[in-house]
Amino acid sequence: MKNSSDKPIGVIGAGNFGSIIANMLAQQGSVLLYARNEEVVRTITENRVHLGQQMHPNIVATNNLSQIASHCDIIFPIVPSSNFRAMMKELSPYLHPYHILIHGTKGFDVSLPKGKTIQSVRTLSRKQVKTMSEVIREESVVVRIGCLAGPNLAKELAQHQPAATVIASPFNEVIQTGKRLLRNDRFQVYGNHDLIGVELAGVLKNIIAIASGALSGLGYGENAKGLLISRGAVEMVYLGKALGGNTSAFLGLAGIGDLVATCNSSTSRNFTVGNRLAKGEILASILEDMEEVAEGVNTVQIVKKCADFYKVRALITENIYKVLFENMTVQEALDYLMRYPLNIDIDFLEPAKTIR
Amino acid sequence: MDFQEKKNKNKPYKPIHEGISEWPVYLLSKNRKEFLEEVAQKSLERIKLLRPTRKQLIDELETTVYREQNRLKRNRWRVDPKDEPKFWSQIKSDLVELSTKTGDENSRKEDEILLTIIQRYANEIAGNFKPSSYKVAREVIKFWFVRLLNGARVKKFGGFFRNRYTLRDKIQIVGKVKMLRKLAKKGTVVMVPTHFSNLDSILIGWVIHSLGLPAFIYGAGLNLFNIKILAYFMNSLGAYKVDRRKKNLPYLEVLKMYSNLAIQKGAHSLFFPGGTRSRSGLLEKQLKLGLLSTAIEAQRSLYQDNTNGEVKKIFVVPITLNYHFVLEAPELIDDYLQVKGQDRYVEQDNYGSFQMVRFLFKFFTKGSNISVSIGAGLDVLGNYLDDNGNSLDDQGRIIDNRDYFISNGNLTVDMQREDEYTRMLSQKIVKEYHRINRVFASHLVAFITFEMMQKKHPKLDLFGFLRLPEEDQEIEYSEFLETFKRIRKEIYRLKEEGKVYYASHLKGEAELVIKHGIGNVGIFHLLRPVLRNKKGNIITRDLNTLYYYHNRLVGYELEKFI
Repeated sequence: MKNSSDKPIGVIGAGNFGSIIANMLAQQGSVLLYARNEEVVRTITENRVHLGQQMHPNIVATNNLSQIASHCDIIFPIVPSSNFRAMMKELSPYLHPYHILIHGTKGFDVSLPKGKTIQSVRTLSRKQVKTMSEVIREESVVVRIGCLAGPNLAKELAQHQPAATVIASPFNEVIQTGKRLLRNDRFQVYGNHDLIGVELAGVLKNIIAIASGALSGLGYGENAKGLLISRGAVEMVYLGKALGGNTSAFLGLAGIGDLVATCNSSTSRNFTVGNRLAKGEILASILEDMEEVAEGVNTVQIVKKCADFYKVRALITENIYKVLFENMTVQEALDYLMRYPLNIDIDFLEPAKTIR
Repeated sequence: MDFQEKKNKNKPYKPIHEGISEWPVYLLSKNRKEFLEEVAQKSLERIKLLRPTRKQLIDELETTVYREQNRLKRNRWRVDPKDEPKFWSQIKSDLVELSTKTGDENSRKEDEILLTIIQRYANEIAGNFKPSSYKVAREVIKFWFVRLLNGARVKKFGGFFRNRYTLRDKIQIVGKVKMLRKLAKKGTVVMVPTHFSNLDSILIGWVIHSLGLPAFIYGAGLNLFNIKILAYFMNSLGAYKVDRRKKNLPYLEVLKMYSNLAIQKGAHSLFFPGGTRSRSGLLEKQLKLGLLSTAIEAQRSLYQDNTNGEVKKIFVVPITLNYHFVLEAPELIDDYLQVKGQDRYVEQDNYGSFQMVRFLFKFFTKGSNISVSIGAGLDVLGNYLDDNGNSLDDQGRIIDNRDYFISNGNLTVDMQREDEYTRMLSQKIVKEYHRINRVFASHLVAFITFEMMQKKHPKLDLFGFLRLPEEDQEIEYSEFLETFKRIRKEIYRLKEEGKVYYASHLKGEAELVIKHGIGNVGIFHLLRPVLRNKKGNIITRDLNTLYYYHNRLVGYELEKFI
């Protein structure tokens, strides 16, 4: 299946995931890949190998954002959440309402008053905490927005292992476009209309990934992991609802699907953080030898403060927070959770009780 | 009275068109027959697109007949035409006949039946604007309003015939008036006001006229035509009829097509996007998307039909109406409390012509002002505009609206996309309502009274609280005063942040403002929502109505500061 227009597809961000997506898109037509670093552009252009991946001949690398906007109608921004807003501000002047943006970034954007840090504010609300689609809406005229989420570990995708993803967007047009461009015999694409829910699922699972690493660091096995994943999923549903998503998004590929994959992926950064914490290291020293920040560490802080604001009981998040920032040990946190009197397995599928 | 609104010094606005013969609404009614034929044809095409197979279409027709006959049995109104039962039983027997025959000899027959229904609906919906009766109605309204006003206010013999007060003193129009006038010249205006009272339709009609704008066509609930005096005025002011009892597909499609084509032809339009009057007294939170979607569809069609060159733009203008007093408040809130949780209301009117006139008389003779806030114009996607009607993004850059309908370089029709755009537009309108809302002293007094009373019963839910006897509710005046000052400060802050406006009478000595508020809130109700007792403390005679007036200020998170 060929791309119906001759225009190339844009990808912004040449990290692991961005490069994979560019390669997958390139199977069906030409791709313009933006890398912030000129060095990377040169490497891709000259060697065709980047981050251990062979780059498809249909990919042209560029260092020019305006070129992406003027050449491509469909763009996949895949940059870290901490750079996302700045990238959008730079890109925005060249965007028009006909553009379609499907992002693949799992993280929150936080706007804080001057002089404050995430650590120093007491609570956070959705006024300050935005998903990437909301950042796109705020910074540009683009309205046809979608996101990519699901169990998509870059390494496995690179090896063409079977996998699937969710394209979430309120617009059928965006979902159809994503399907048309990404689907192949090793990659299935599902659609979901709950954009915010799917984005939230992709972010919240990072917290549970840290917890999973911690459990394995303590040497526990599969029962414990099963416990964590199911309770983690319930916690994600509650947090997700408070932050504006619907329950169903969390039960799908982007929720449970991604959660299971991440909790079992022992090489991921989030998992590593949890693992080393359980072995008694402190956060500062762990972060010191990591090249990139584990997205989950930020997520825990943000979500803990949101949970406080919206008065949602989020036990796993709260305890991970204490381990990360308040010197609780992983063992203590676990003991607390095991003693906590909770006995209802699932209570979010019943019709909500009317309050007030 | 020192806390009266400032007298409006603005001179009346000049009409933006020279004569009525240039008005789009007049041109529309001059070609009424051709226009309705077009509406019918296009509706037919649309319905056939939505129900592509023969079986689906026949099913739809059967459902329609069933519902219509049901309505005739259960819920007939004075305005309903006399021949309705005959018409529908004829359609029914045609359908029965159709089902006994098979094969394609009668494949066109169901289309014919559909067309008959559509044409009937189109005729029923269509307004009939006549310049002569428009002028008569306008003069009659103006004459009597002014007479009443002066008769009551100027306390001298012969005051009745003086012109010291005009309606402009009674009804304040604030906000983006200049912009509205400019937009009406540049493109087609779709006005979307909040809806609290049956009076809204007349009020808006007057506002449009006094701003020098040509008459708007507007969708008025058919129930209003039950009240003869309203029916007369509305017929002559360009109203078309919206019957909320009819929920069948053909009716809804004809209604939308009527609005869509009228907008495309440049007729300025008005509809109340909240659908029915706000039952709870809350500013509209959820809008009806049906008619709103016609603005977007009309805009897209205009781009489609004019591939190059200038395309007439459609502008959406939100408006809030602010009253101290809503005649129907006690009934509305009772409705709301009874059916909370179900969102269907059948319009019932306990008011006939006599009550309406009596109310108008009270309204004009007593001090109860109304204010109308005109919001900034928006394009059909909810973007703000510059003075020339160009759409702007948040950074102030100009947007080409056509791009919203472009896919892969071509203008495409995508209903689902436009549904989503409609949702975005409605969210923006709701936000604008809250922003341009003008806080009156009476709203604030009601809000604080209710919140303070409810706070004393933290264990009761809303219904439990409303069932408490009114006599037991009393608030210490000094405490009330403190809270009032605190909340008023919050409103000042919200204004600074551009989230709400307030009437000029809200400023000044707090005790006087409270007095003004209490003196005006729900002023003509039998049971007053807020009063002071002999000890000077705040009491209520009717918690439900109090709740209604209180709701006006819900949505600003002011309850945190009680």
